[in-house]
Amino acid sequence: MADVAIPRAKPQMTEAGAWAQLKHNRNWLGFWFMVPAMVFLIFFLAYPLGLGIWLSFTDTRIGRVGHFIAFENYEWLWDDSIFWLSVFNTLLYTFVASAFKFGIGLYLALLLNEHMPFKAMLRAMVLIPFIVPTVLSALAFWWIFDSQFSIISWSLKQLGLINQNINFLGDTTWARICVIFANIWRGVPFVAITLLAGLQTVSPSLYEAATLDGATRWQNFRYITYPLLTPIIAVVMTFSVLFTFTDFQLIWAMTRGGPVNATHLMATLSYQRAIIAGQLGEGAAISSAMIPFLLAAIMVSWFGLQRRKWQQGESND
Amino acid sequence: MTDLPAAKVDLKSVLSAPPRVDNSEGMSYLQSVPRRLVTLYLPLTIIVVVLLFPFYWMALTSVKPDEQLLDLDKYNPFWTWNPTFKHFHKLLFESYYPYWLWNTMYVAICATVLSIVASVFAAYAIVRLRYKGANLVGGLIFLAYLVPPSILFIPLATVVYQYGLFDSPLALILTYPTILIPFSTWLLMGYFKTIPFELEECALIDGASRWQILVKIVVPLAIPGLISAFIFCFTLCWNEFIYALTFLQSTSNKTVPVAIVNEFVDGDIYRWGSLMAGALAGSLPLVILYAFFVEHYVSAMTGAVKE
Repeated sequence: MADVAIPRAKPQMTEAGAWAQLKHNRNWLGFWFMVPAMVFLIFFLAYPLGLGIWLSFTDTRIGRVGHFIAFENYEWLWDDSIFWLSVFNTLLYTFVASAFKFGIGLYLALLLNEHMPFKAMLRAMVLIPFIVPTVLSALAFWWIFDSQFSIISWSLKQLGLINQNINFLGDTTWARICVIFANIWRGVPFVAITLLAGLQTVSPSLYEAATLDGATRWQNFRYITYPLLTPIIAVVMTFSVLFTFTDFQLIWAMTRGGPVNATHLMATLSYQRAIIAGQLGEGAAISSAMIPFLLAAIMVSWFGLQRRKWQQGESND
Repeated sequence: MTDLPAAKVDLKSVLSAPPRVDNSEGMSYLQSVPRRLVTLYLPLTIIVVVLLFPFYWMALTSVKPDEQLLDLDKYNPFWTWNPTFKHFHKLLFESYYPYWLWNTMYVAICATVLSIVASVFAAYAIVRLRYKGANLVGGLIFLAYLVPPSILFIPLATVVYQYGLFDSPLALILTYPTILIPFSTWLLMGYFKTIPFELEECALIDGASRWQILVKIVVPLAIPGLISAFIFCFTLCWNEFIYALTFLQSTSNKTVPVAIVNEFVDGDIYRWGSLMAGALAGSLPLVILYAFFVEHYVSAMTGAVKE
């Protein structure tokens, strides 16, 4: 009897077991949990990324399917002085703005880390430029840098420093300075607040010990703060460089690439060529040309600062 | 398992307000008052004034009468004694501004909710289900965070056009999550890691399914993280420009940032008063939201960078 009963019961058990096992199978469950996010990321991120590179090898225009033309777009861009000007502008913009953002941001973080009244409120106020939509604050800058009614020109005239209004956004050099300034203005709060979060993890007893040993304030910073902060600096600056390099909205709201293309970045140029002029293929080539620069920027800021971390003898985490 | 409490404390100390409420003076008593004045308060004041001046200027311009805006010699430009709400009136009743505000809010909320739901599942699966290749997927999601919209907008425009979504808010609702999901997944992964395994093990022993664990244990415990992610995503949506500029065409469908740049600036006649009023009205909702959730903002920002 027992021998007969067991085979009967067994299939039922395994059947239920298979379903139950599947229900508790990590990979099976994990797959279904990942589906919503993956659908978005594959259809609207991975696929367009590939499509963009493909488009750059075609002569697609708005409303017309393109043909494969290999490297013709890139050859065209190679001889295009405006494209090279935009590359130069982008590198200048990224380099200068990131350097200033890092310097001022770190300085501001150190200041905010001090003990003082209204500390919490100050910290909250500092972050406001980061919260307000970039385009809207760019408009405020546009008005501040207006050629006729600029408050800066007015103040300088009142102080007797200049006789004529400065043509802020009409002059090529001034326009570059203005957009870089606006970018620094917007980026500093992010750098400062994230670095401040890093600073707060540094134990004050380290400074006390160093001070007892006769360290100056500079030595405190150089040999305690900076080394402990390098990992977070690496991440913050990677992000900062990345978003500065691909900036679009600030330029578009303030100058639209003018005067005489002096502030055209690669992103704005690709928008102008692709959407306004309708040359999707050429625009895609310009934005694809950003990818190597981006990878290089990530590598430099990431590994450059990571190496310092290894030199400090920390684990690579 | 043994390093769990340490990880928890570490994350909290980074994310939330200063861990050690430094009521103590620390070493600052070593500095004299004049020295602090020069090395701390003076530079701090300058930086804060520069950071906030554009907003003051924006607000002031939006309430100044037109003649004062254009005549800098007769009136002191830094203040006005007869503020007017004419510009706001014009904005609210003689333009599409309410529509734009509504569009922006609608798109931002829908995209944010979609992304958060997708991110909760993804983050839970990566951190706790630990399926095969979870670490790799986590890394890929981080890489996705680094792909900027400026590279994607051209191919996305063709995709949006193919799917027949051009000039529809749905185009933005479906494309914004590509920016938001990587960020919020990464942030929530950090939060989920701080929830003790033991709670889930107990629930599993009591016969709860993974779904029940997620809904009844993990999500309620991660509420602060969810708020952070939600607010930050909402801000990012509100802030987004290039997709909205590319995918929307008709005036009434636009979002605030795009509409202000395109519709208020016609030819050479800049309506500075209304322009600044529009910019101010477009920023205020975010600033108010921010004022209520400062801590969550900061934790979202630092959390995403910290991991």
